[in-house]
Amino acid sequence: MQQIIIFLIKNKTGLVFIILMTIALGLTFKSHTYHNSKLVSSANFISGTVLSSSENVHQYFDLKTQNEVLQKENENLRRKLLNIPSAKDSLPIKLEFIEDSLYKITRSTVISNHYDKIDNFLLIEGGTKDSISKDLGVISSQGIVGIIQDVSPKYSRVISILNTNTSINAKLKKTYHFGTLTWDGKDPNILSLIDVPRSAPVKLGDTITTGGRSLVFPENVPIGIISNFQLDENIGYYSIDVKLFNDMTNLKHIYIIENSRKSEALELLNLDLR
Amino acid sequence: MKTYFINSIRFVLLILIQVLILNQFNVFGYINPIIYPLLIILLPFGIKSVQKLILAFILGISMDIFEDSGGIHAAATLAIAYLRPLFLRNAFGLSYDYQTLKFYDAPFKERFIYVSLMVLVHHTVLFSLEIFSVDHLLYFIEKTVYSSIFSILLIIITLNLIRKNSK
Repeated sequence: MQQIIIFLIKNKTGLVFIILMTIALGLTFKSHTYHNSKLVSSANFISGTVLSSSENVHQYFDLKTQNEVLQKENENLRRKLLNIPSAKDSLPIKLEFIEDSLYKITRSTVISNHYDKIDNFLLIEGGTKDSISKDLGVISSQGIVGIIQDVSPKYSRVISILNTNTSINAKLKKTYHFGTLTWDGKDPNILSLIDVPRSAPVKLGDTITTGGRSLVFPENVPIGIISNFQLDENIGYYSIDVKLFNDMTNLKHIYIIENSRKSEALELLNLDLR
Repeated sequence: MKTYFINSIRFVLLILIQVLILNQFNVFGYINPIIYPLLIILLPFGIKSVQKLILAFILGISMDIFEDSGGIHAAATLAIAYLRPLFLRNAFGLSYDYQTLKFYDAPFKERFIYVSLMVLVHHTVLFSLEIFSVDHLLYFIEKTVYSSIFSILLIIITLNLIRKNSK
């Protein structure tokens, strides 16, 4: 017994090093899988406060561009609204429908945004106090941003589409051919759409949208256009480079989408599994 | 007591500078200079090794919390804290062994070697854990080399600035 204690005291530096290193490496390995540990997350009081107070200053430098982005979105929405046939007559009826609508939309702003790593996350305003919960989709006015992964009372952490662990269901806008959207960790403007079957009519410049096969994003949210593609002859699948509509390096105003029938759908799925 | 005080202030300052200023740089889209290893570099030479390791771990994990990066900063900072005596001996030679070393009295070349070794090892561990795949080997080398150049420059400049102020 005494010898063990003497041994421990003699080698305490090495032991402390090994213990702490194991913790650090354990956290690292965990963070490389999609279902991340919540132990180390920027969605907490201290880092949230520091980052959001810095963002309060930063946002002034960016006001002009962000205003333009918002105005462009307004322009788009107004064009759609005015071009609905007999919009005036149907509007009151439509408003009633909104109460019971399938998708709830909450606005929010980005506090911190990373795009310099292989696995990137965003921190956004709003948490459980604003009835934001895990696994909700996040979009900007131009395209998709990511999926909420961790929530604290006031802040939420979003796993960005610029993360090698994300895979999002997407399709060709024209033809409903599905594929999986992933990121290779290089260019923050280019994602790749893989596993698109050979029969799909892939053309440069075609639009890619979300597939609607998940409960996270609604169908037909725009993602980007095809900038390059290759057919893998051995497997018979296309791999397509998608240039994002969204500028992931310059995000400010975002929307959180909640599918109000998600819990119902999940219950059904779980019943099925049992 | 005074060392504790100075180091806690440095701790907070370095993290804030790193998170609020340096992480916004994004040179070429993916390179950010890293300054916080300066805390470990400037620790007193006679510090107890267990204290040093725990401090390094807390420093690293704080960075990880801000960056949402798992435990990569903690691992990298621990590595340099553990290897520091080795680097000190390599860079400063005999004067470290006889414990007569004063950091700012040492020639610039020796200080430069010491800082470079610390930063290079830190960045190598950091980015290899961050990227964590052989497919991105070239990206890893690019990121490590470029970031190291920026970080070493930044830390050397900061070291000279601190000295002028304190004299």
